Amino acid sequence: MSKLKVNIVSASEEIFSGEADMVFATGTLGEIGVAPGHSPLLTGLLPGPVRVASGSEEDTFFCSGGFIEVQPDVVTVLSDVAERADDLDEAKALKAQEEAEQELANQTGDVDYARAAAQLAEAAARLKTIQKLRKNK
Amino acid sequence: MANTKEVRKQIASIKSTRKITSALEMVAASKIKKTQEQMLRGRPYSEKVKDVIGHIANSSSEYDHPFYQDREAKTVCYVIVSSDKGLCGGLNTNLFKKVLVEAAANKEQGVEVSFALIGGKAVTFFGNLGGKILSQVTKMGDKPNPEDLIGFTKVILDEQKKNSIDKVILCSNRFVNTMTQEPTLQQLIPLVNETNEGLSAGQWDYIYEPEAKTLLDGLLTRYIEALIFQAVLENGACEQAAKMIAMKNATENAGDLIKELELLYNNVRQAAITQELSEIVGGAAAV
Repeated sequence: MSKLKVNIVSASEEIFSGEADMVFATGTLGEIGVAPGHSPLLTGLLPGPVRVASGSEEDTFFCSGGFIEVQPDVVTVLSDVAERADDLDEAKALKAQEEAEQELANQTGDVDYARAAAQLAEAAARLKTIQKLRKNK
Repeated sequence: MANTKEVRKQIASIKSTRKITSALEMVAASKIKKTQEQMLRGRPYSEKVKDVIGHIANSSSEYDHPFYQDREAKTVCYVIVSSDKGLCGGLNTNLFKKVLVEAAANKEQGVEVSFALIGGKAVTFFGNLGGKILSQVTKMGDKPNPEDLIGFTKVILDEQKKNSIDKVILCSNRFVNTMTQEPTLQQLIPLVNETNEGLSAGQWDYIYEPEAKTLLDGLLTRYIEALIFQAVLENGACEQAAKMIAMKNATENAGDLIKELELLYNNVRQAAITQELSEIVGGAAAV
């Protein structure tokens, strides 16, 4: 019996790569099971376990959503690292935008902060040197 | 001529600076490997997404996604990836210079320029410059999380869909090896459509659940996020490598400086002794 080549990847790492007899996952339209020879399929994934069965062994991976691509002999799971929903994304986008605007508003404040930090570091270095000099005497 | 006390003070100060730079060098050296591993770990994802997108592009070409539309570039957005911290030589400065040259050339041709910034150094630099900043992310740390980029990327992509940006260019440092980091500009949007060799076009199609448009939209968004995230990881590796080299040079320079100052110190001391002796001899002769 032919086997499936299975790849499960997320943006920060490769989660699983190997051969299997069958893959189970939760698609956006319901539970799917993929056996070798499946017709090409592309669907979204819902957050949930992805099971990879090979012989009597079965590995389970958790995916927080993403996509699954099925070719007759290859299954690719593109897992998201975070939970995604349109309104969640929207909130994050707004936050990034606001931060940029805020940055523009208190530009001088931030530069002063950098200058202050540099001065502080210099003063600290000086103090240290003085202390060391005193010790050496 | 300088007196011995002054020279001694200077030597002590340089020695303490050298301690700091050599400590920073060791910290950077230990982080290099970790950041490089992160960089390699992120690669499979963007490759796989690219494969899938290539398949879709081959199988159904009737749907024209905005990210593929090659519009006349009236507005360009530069996504600039930089480090949060300094002390890494010319890493950020070289990149900013390259971007500025490009941006200035665009401005001359009447193209509007805006920026999207990652990293504290880019925010400080381009913030002072007074350009239009769409979105920004800072303090992603040593272990960047792709989640931090979701909102950042969405702002840019939404602007593109609204036709207020025509072109998006990713500016980041490419990691060649520990000694060399190369500032590069890479076009993100419009996406370059690469044909997939392994599969013949139009012969087959996916079963789409729910539908091609939604899936393609989600995948392309993730693809662009993955590319930006990859650039962030790569920049992290560049930062540590550049930092190690810069700190190594600083430590060596401090050593040279100390040697020179010690020589000066000995000269000054000897001169003082000689002078005292000649004074004594002169005094004795006068008596």
